[in-house]
Amino acid sequence: MENKYTISIFTENNIGLLNRVSIIFTRRHLNIESITASESEVKNIHRYTIILNCTEEQVIKVVAQIEKLVEVLKAFYHLDDETVYQEIALYKVPTSALAAGKKAEQILRKHNARILTVEPEFTVIEKTGHKQETQDLLEALEPHGVLEFARSGRVAVTKPMKEFKEYLYELEQAQQ
Amino acid sequence: MTNKTTKISGSEAVVKSLIAESVSTVFGYPGGAIMPVYDALYDYQEKLKHILVRHEQGATHAAQGYARVSGKVGVCIATSGPGATNLITGIADAQIDSTPMVCITGQVNSHLLGTDAFQETDVVGISMPVTKWNVQVTKAEDIAPAIAKAFYIAKSGRPGPVLVDITKDAQFGEVDFNYVKCTLISSYVPAPKVDVKKIIEAADLINTAKRPYILFGQGVLLAEAKKEFKAFIEKSGIPAAWTIMGLSALETDHPLNVGMLGMHGNYGPNLLTNECDVLIAIGMRFDDRVTGDLSGYAKQAKVIHLEIDPAEINKNVQTEIAVLGNCKESLQLLTEVVSPSTHPEWLAKFNACKQKELETVGENELTPSTDVMSMGEVIKLVSDKSTDDTIVVTDVGQHQMVTQRFYNYKSWRTNVTSGGLGTMGFCLPAAFGAKIAKPNQQVVAVIGDGGFQMTIQELGTIFQTKADIKILILNNEFLGMVRQWQQLFFDKRYSSTEMVNPDFQTIAKGYHIEANKVEKREDLANAVELFLNHKGSYLLEVMVGKENNVFPMVETGASVSEIRLS
Ligand SMILES: Cc1ncc(C[n+]2csc(CCOP(=O)(O)OP(=O)(O)O)c2C)c(N)n1
Repeated sequence: MENKYTISIFTENNIGLLNRVSIIFTRRHLNIESITASESEVKNIHRYTIILNCTEEQVIKVVAQIEKLVEVLKAFYHLDDETVYQEIALYKVPTSALAAGKKAEQILRKHNARILTVEPEFTVIEKTGHKQETQDLLEALEPHGVLEFARSGRVAVTKPMKEFKEYLYELEQAQQ
Repeated sequence: MTNKTTKISGSEAVVKSLIAESVSTVFGYPGGAIMPVYDALYDYQEKLKHILVRHEQGATHAAQGYARVSGKVGVCIATSGPGATNLITGIADAQIDSTPMVCITGQVNSHLLGTDAFQETDVVGISMPVTKWNVQVTKAEDIAPAIAKAFYIAKSGRPGPVLVDITKDAQFGEVDFNYVKCTLISSYVPAPKVDVKKIIEAADLINTAKRPYILFGQGVLLAEAKKEFKAFIEKSGIPAAWTIMGLSALETDHPLNVGMLGMHGNYGPNLLTNECDVLIAIGMRFDDRVTGDLSGYAKQAKVIHLEIDPAEINKNVQTEIAVLGNCKESLQLLTEVVSPSTHPEWLAKFNACKQKELETVGENELTPSTDVMSMGEVIKLVSDKSTDDTIVVTDVGQHQMVTQRFYNYKSWRTNVTSGGLGTMGFCLPAAFGAKIAKPNQQVVAVIGDGGFQMTIQELGTIFQTKADIKILILNNEFLGMVRQWQQLFFDKRYSSTEMVNPDFQTIAKGYHIEANKVEKREDLANAVELFLNHKGSYLLEVMVGKENNVFPMVETGASVSEIRLS
């Protein structure tokens, strides 16, 4: 059975590493739904968040292959209910369409979105949320004309309380 | 390790780094982007010998042959562009067969990177899927640390190939040379620690097993677990079968060595995989050529897997108990806690299968009733007349399977072959590399007429270095293994497998290598004698049955129980 998995990879970042990681997926015909790279809570350690639809057996094997990479400190996978996650979406719409009537205000209120900038020709709206939520707003705005739309990959933190520092400690122990 | 610093060029730093890693021989081929390194090599010929191969692929296979028989890291050097891409086949071979290798490539000047400069290829990108690690160095001061890291990664844990790509300006740059060996990379655990709990669990399972069965792979050799492995099987009395990469970890005629696994392995070892109750896999990875159809593979057995690479656990076969770690250590611990035992009835089953195989396949191969010679009888003769420590290098195809089954391997690390990648052309350069590492051991290269012509140019390297390699060509005038499949599965439609061959003797003689050709059985024994006792390299071509097939065989998609004897 397929599920949506959040894979978190911790690394001391390296130019080529992203390529090495993505090869692991492409070789197995696994489609990465989204990928985000950022810093982590530990100095000099970066974190990739990869979203993947696959079976548990597949995700276990992929994570094992990722952990095997020399430059990867640790990799985990989690189901949605084990993570707290968000995505951000930006919508560029014609200012004229928004200015007409109360409709725009209602949409923004209903979807808990906010306006980032208003220019004479266009307005940029921001919404953070789960994919379905940003999708709903997109659909609500579409009748008014959406000039541009962009959605980020998922960023996620996990619910289990074990801190990454503890894993780092275990890693050091394993190397003794 | 030196701590004194002196300003030297980046290219000299390359050479000094190799010397600091105790490298005595490198295999390579020069060209524009690596010329500074070649210039530096010129000054260090006493300490670091460079062997000029005839094609960069030959350098990689030579480095592999060198590594396989010595356990040391094989090193090769090539220029950018075509030099670097010619390394790829050997790198891929080393990756899938876990061979420690460091490849150093020259690269265009760093300011030209990404401009499609002359002989610029993104070799770091190209080699990424087939290396354990790789890196590009653009500054002289980064050379020594990169090489130190390369050696550490190549050799430690589950070994593999590593590539260091060095731009020409880095080679020309100046650096305060100070070589510090790499012993730790914070993100890298070479080998998991052995968990004693798992050892106890494994021993409990083994001690109550009725029909335990050991499968061993190259992990035993890579871990240098010669004594530990033997002690384990002898104390536990468990029959043991090998993958083609595990061959020579235990002498062929050891009473507990029941033979070869896999598609063209022995009858009993395949068949009885589905009758054992506990399967103990040691340093092997359940390759599909070994398992056949997984849904019909050892389903009745509880599997214990001794393995250094966590990613191999449950990759193909579900494991009951995974004993992670270096098997030298885990075998030693396991031997302490297993009960001494023998399994005479179980072993008798293997022997009955062996007898059945001998009466069918074996007799056909060893004492054929036909006038044409078989590969098996040639190999048997070579085996009988060879010294115990002879290193046997094989190429890929029918002759490979026959050699591994019929040659009597008596000594540790005497089997060199291309396993996971099945690279035709591997044999000749690998045999050469093996000879460089073990100059006092006889090296016999067994090659098909097809594979020989893939790296035939390395005869030039053999001639130039006066290496002593015994080259045995088993000539069936076909790409035999492919022809066999065409016969069995494609209605005998021999599409592009027949070979019209040159006169191999004349070719050898062109390289001043003695040669002989045998077409009749009555000439064989003498010819083999001459071949093995000749001082210096020798090529012996033996004409064998054109359409002989290799059996036993587990067809693709079939289960090991369905192994065919004809
Ligand atoms: C580089 C490469 N190309 C193609 C193959 C596919 N292949 C496997 S065995 C074989 C035939 C080998 O023929 P030969 O070298 O004459 O040995 P034989 O099987 O006759 O002993 C071929 C073509 C391969 N393994 N490697």
